Amino acid sequence: MTRKQIHLAAHFPGVNNTTVWADPRSGSQIDFASFAHLARTAERGKFDFFFLAEGLRLRELKGRIHDLDVVGRPEALTVLSALAAVTERLGLAGTVNATFNEPYELARRLSTLDHLSDGRAAWNVVTTSDAFTGENFRRGGYLDRADRYTRAAEFVRLSRELWDSWQPGAHLADKSRAQFVRPAAIGTVRHEGPHFTVEGQFTLPRGPQGHPVIIQAGDSDEGREFAAATADVIFSRHGTLEDGRAFYADVKGRLARYHREPDQLKIMPAATYALGDTEEEAAENAAAIRRQQVGPQTATAFIEQVWGRDMSAYDPDGPLPDVEPDPSEGVSQGRVPFGDRAAVAAKWRALAEEKKLTIRELVIEVTGRQTFVGTPAGVARQIDEHVQADAADGFILVPHLTPGGLDEFVDRVVPLLQERGAFRTDYTGTTLREHLELS
Amino acid sequence: MTLHLAVALDGAGWHPAAWREASAQPEAIFSARYWAALVAEAERGLLDFVTIEDSLSLQSTLLDGPDARADQVRGRFDAVLLTARLAPLTSRIGLVPTATTTHTEPFHVAIGIATLDHVSGGRAGWRPQISARSTEAAHFGRRPFPRLDGSFSIDDEHVRALFEEATDAVEVVRRLWDSWEDDAEIRDLPTGRFIDRDKLHYIDFAGRFFSVRGPSITPRSPQGQPVVTALAHARLPYEFAAGGADVVYVTPHSADQARAIVEEVRELSAELRVFADLVVFLGDDAAERKARLDGLDGAELRSDAAIFTGTPEELAELLLQWRRAGIEGFRLRPGALPYDLEAITRGLTAELRGRGAFRRSYEATTLRGLLGLPRPASRYAEVS
Repeated sequence: MTRKQIHLAAHFPGVNNTTVWADPRSGSQIDFASFAHLARTAERGKFDFFFLAEGLRLRELKGRIHDLDVVGRPEALTVLSALAAVTERLGLAGTVNATFNEPYELARRLSTLDHLSDGRAAWNVVTTSDAFTGENFRRGGYLDRADRYTRAAEFVRLSRELWDSWQPGAHLADKSRAQFVRPAAIGTVRHEGPHFTVEGQFTLPRGPQGHPVIIQAGDSDEGREFAAATADVIFSRHGTLEDGRAFYADVKGRLARYHREPDQLKIMPAATYALGDTEEEAAENAAAIRRQQVGPQTATAFIEQVWGRDMSAYDPDGPLPDVEPDPSEGVSQGRVPFGDRAAVAAKWRALAEEKKLTIRELVIEVTGRQTFVGTPAGVARQIDEHVQADAADGFILVPHLTPGGLDEFVDRVVPLLQERGAFRTDYTGTTLREHLELS
Repeated sequence: MTLHLAVALDGAGWHPAAWREASAQPEAIFSARYWAALVAEAERGLLDFVTIEDSLSLQSTLLDGPDARADQVRGRFDAVLLTARLAPLTSRIGLVPTATTTHTEPFHVAIGIATLDHVSGGRAGWRPQISARSTEAAHFGRRPFPRLDGSFSIDDEHVRALFEEATDAVEVVRRLWDSWEDDAEIRDLPTGRFIDRDKLHYIDFAGRFFSVRGPSITPRSPQGQPVVTALAHARLPYEFAAGGADVVYVTPHSADQARAIVEEVRELSAELRVFADLVVFLGDDAAERKARLDGLDGAELRSDAAIFTGTPEELAELLLQWRRAGIEGFRLRPGALPYDLEAITRGLTAELRGRGAFRRSYEATTLRGLLGLPRPASRYAEVS
């Protein structure tokens, strides 16, 4: 029996504190050369796809733009289209918001990317419910949280109708018979739903993949159900073995309800890593990266998000002060909320007291270590074990450095995954659907 | 006296039967290589820029709605993504996609064109376009538009409102492009700050149609302000162009008309670069080729722009005549691709160079540079 194959994706380092900019090797977050370097590295490593996140409003803390992390990024699909020119096989996945886009236009852009990349386009479907981001858009305001997945589901369903609306062979280009298209093969889509009313003909023939690959990243029960019904890939947060196995079993178990096979939905948790020639060196590197990711000002900003008040008077290298969180509204905008802040604060305080941690050490502790730490052989073994144990179908790797953060992984870990017979030594197909073994 | 040259790329060329020419490749229109070859040819000719046509509906001979014709090119890519795909394959030529102001969010246009400017190293432009069609509005279902019919006029209240909205959209896009000052990114290790947030600005635009808070999510691009261009045939769009564009494409049919239009535009703006659009069929047999294509299409070609048939030498003379009338550049619409494009890049440019009227090498790395437009500071930057 052949070994279960690992799928790998490369996440361009994002605009949160996991991306280290205070390092001499840190390059531009916006120059095309950075995107091209990371994408070419991923393609050299035979990765399934390259992944871009999105955020349509700059994050704020205490009513001002958050200035401690990398800020600024391009429009995702525009960069991916440019990357299609400098890569040949790598899948190109963009996060695009279903709240602040319209189906006809976005479906058309995704179809364009699919044509221009010869079948390598993917869409990570996200929704935003906050009025904060809405202030940048005509649509404005607010999408009720309860409506997020109904909108996303209707959006994807309608997009697929549009992608299917030109039958195969509608574009004839037959000079002798004077038939550029076969008009009867271009359908009219008529859609009337709670979120969208759309009528008309699409402007593009069916793309090389038919439907671009759909990725989903939400973790709630509704999110999982949406993924089971609709998505081709889940970008999950469950990187540990036990967590991963539980999530994997749960989501794969939902597929039968939608008459789908378990291998029709690939589960790819986000994963970070730190490598070293020995286990000790890897651990040291991991700790050094964590300290870079959580500088003193970042530590203060982190506890401010939970405490909901100005904490700048307290030394981040000193103990957690004896003040209670402000229960009124939060100070952070544009990021995933912390939930019950009072409970989080109590938990953090107990942890700090037990382990005698400074503010900065506490934040380093609670914001999670790297998913994989070890020698290249050790990391290759861990990744393979996760996949063989059905904790994942692969991983979306998140380097901490732009643009060279993936180099060492591709040079040192990928060959070992290939030696284990768990990862392709070359692409066998041309489209992303083929890489992901999706029908 | 030198002039600027651009070409407008669309389908198989601007004649509806051009795709049936022997040299046409209609089977490749939905591939990247087709467009890559065209833009590479334009760059070999040292042209200032290419434009890419677009709309959010299928092409049609009808004013409003699809016509179900089989014998003409139907279907188009999203123009912004197409130009981004071409950017890494070229190094000097400007890339100017069309994007609608009627349905596309100004915020998305702003970050899309700014990103095109980043990936092309400063060669991005934008042609904002309004869409009055009811059938196109039905693709969005956000607001009903009246169906356009024979009585359609640019002075209709509906159209005037769309231009007003377009004016607001261009203003929002331009503010967003300025919302990051050039030196906003500081990477200051002692304070741990990646950016100086005093150099990022809310744009706080509030208008009749939408409001946008800002700032952009995309840092200021190489050109600061990518080049905004507008096609205009009448007073209202002239005013729109004068208000927000860097380049206006006008459609005179004679040197006298060209002179009159330039005068009218100059009353509105001293800075606007005035280009004339021309549909061109080139070669010794240009008139016969056009007539044959008209025959294939079953109708004589009609166009908003003047239609030229003749040799590159004759076209060079015409362009210089119009140049003397005040037209600074030309956006040529090749009748058939790649035939008439190659006649422009090889024949016409040689004729113009022989008259000292066109560049022998690219003199700048950005589109603004090629057009002689300075790189503006952000409007939000404080003069120190």
